[in-house]
Amino acid sequence: MSILRLIWSGFTMNLKMLGTSSFFLLTSVVQPIIFATIAFYMFESGGRSGTLLYASLGAGMMGVWSTTLFGSGGMIGWQRWQGTLELGVGAPPPLTLVYLPFTLANAFTGMYAMAATLLWGRIVFGVPLRFVHPALFALALPATVVALGLMGLVLASTFILYRYANAMSNLLEYPVWVASGLVFSVALLPTWTRPISWALPPYWGILAIRHAALGGPVWGPLGMLALLGVASVVISVFTFRIFERLARERATLSLT
Amino acid sequence: MKRWFSVFFVGGVIAYRGLFNWIRPALYIPTMLGSPIFQLIFFTKLGEYAHAESRDFYIVGNAVQVCAMSSVYGMTMAVANERWFGTLGPLLASPANRAAVFLGRGLPVLANGLLVSAFTFAMGALLLGFSPGLASVPALAAVVLVTVTSCTCFGMLLGSIGLRAKDFFFVANLAYFLMLLFCGVNIPLSELPGWMSFVGRCLPLTHGIAAAREVAAGASLGDVSGLVWTEAGIAVAYAVGAYVLFRVLERESRRSAVLDSY
Repeated sequence: MSILRLIWSGFTMNLKMLGTSSFFLLTSVVQPIIFATIAFYMFESGGRSGTLLYASLGAGMMGVWSTTLFGSGGMIGWQRWQGTLELGVGAPPPLTLVYLPFTLANAFTGMYAMAATLLWGRIVFGVPLRFVHPALFALALPATVVALGLMGLVLASTFILYRYANAMSNLLEYPVWVASGLVFSVALLPTWTRPISWALPPYWGILAIRHAALGGPVWGPLGMLALLGVASVVISVFTFRIFERLARERATLSLT
Repeated sequence: MKRWFSVFFVGGVIAYRGLFNWIRPALYIPTMLGSPIFQLIFFTKLGEYAHAESRDFYIVGNAVQVCAMSSVYGMTMAVANERWFGTLGPLLASPANRAAVFLGRGLPVLANGLLVSAFTFAMGALLLGFSPGLASVPALAAVVLVTVTSCTCFGMLLGSIGLRAKDFFFVANLAYFLMLLFCGVNIPLSELPGWMSFVGRCLPLTHGIAAAREVAAGASLGDVSGLVWTEAGIAVAYAVGAYVLFRVLERESRRSAVLDSY
């Protein structure tokens, strides 16, 4: 019960903090709309107008990833700046549990991106919002958000050690968009990149969401999302422990 | 005059070293070199999937546009960070010539923008098979130089806004992303609605990118001189606008005593 309370308190508190951040407004609403617009015009220019919903969903997922990435990376950085990182590290619950609600809130904020791009596509470009499996879509979206939130835990743990987390966030935004095939097929990428795609929750998330909306198998990608989610938790428990110890040993925990 | 040049060159370099947040290799390499490579790959693959334009269209467009990483963010930091670090007051209290202080900050930003663009072009050649032909490289370099200059002048304008705006990074981020949409980087202006292509034509990059595409396709510098001169004119307009805005905001900040306030 106390664990649930901890998760809920952390989740709501971080959600409120993100709600006041103009950077998150940009990442979760403005940026996805701009990228969706670029993708719409590019698809229209190529005569692939039937793929506008495809572009809308992909641009929305790009926003979910960006929010998770910058949220998870920034979370440690902001706590360093505010001087609260040591308090979180020193708190009795395991570090994974302390930061889980934060990363979940980050990914949840990313859902604004999906809503924004779908609405933008509908209103401005007349993209029909007819989903083949609406119930499965309603399941796939939160499942993806949770899986990305759990992946954010792994990212956040590594950023405890790395003082320039924001640079790593800047670097990782595009590669995951590319490797996950969010707005184009990964078949365009070299074959050696395929295992990288398979290891990324956004790859399975967009497959589940896209198949639920446009038709195709949903349960397989959802199963992979669950598997990767569990793997992320297990990895983050270890990485938090290892990186926290290293940061304490090197006395770099609070260095900005 | 010697003092003017000293403030322009030495002051500009010192300010850049002190105020550009991403100058350390651990920050510079992922942000200024890593991110543009993946931006290039992302839009080239997206264009390929959408069957929209040729591969070179995206390579040239993005390789030129990434100079905005330096121009927009670098220039914003070079001006607005004075306020953030609490050094704006002493700077503005000094008798140094404002034009030298302000314009000098653009020089390292310009050099960095050229480096980032050149690096991205090289990566386009290495990873995506971009081969403009050796003969067109000098003309391409000249076009990129003019375009980066105009983008830096645009960055100066945004930096001036940072003298007063509370969240200057929001403005810089927004400008960077909107340039991707409006400046013909990934979408030909003819595909955009009239008002969007009009806005695009008033922004830096647009004419430079169009000229760079023609040069990469084999045109000479003379063939694209109209586009290059237009880009240069836009650079001058933004530089003048930025300087005027800087002086106006400086005076207003003094008058209303909000120089260092947030």
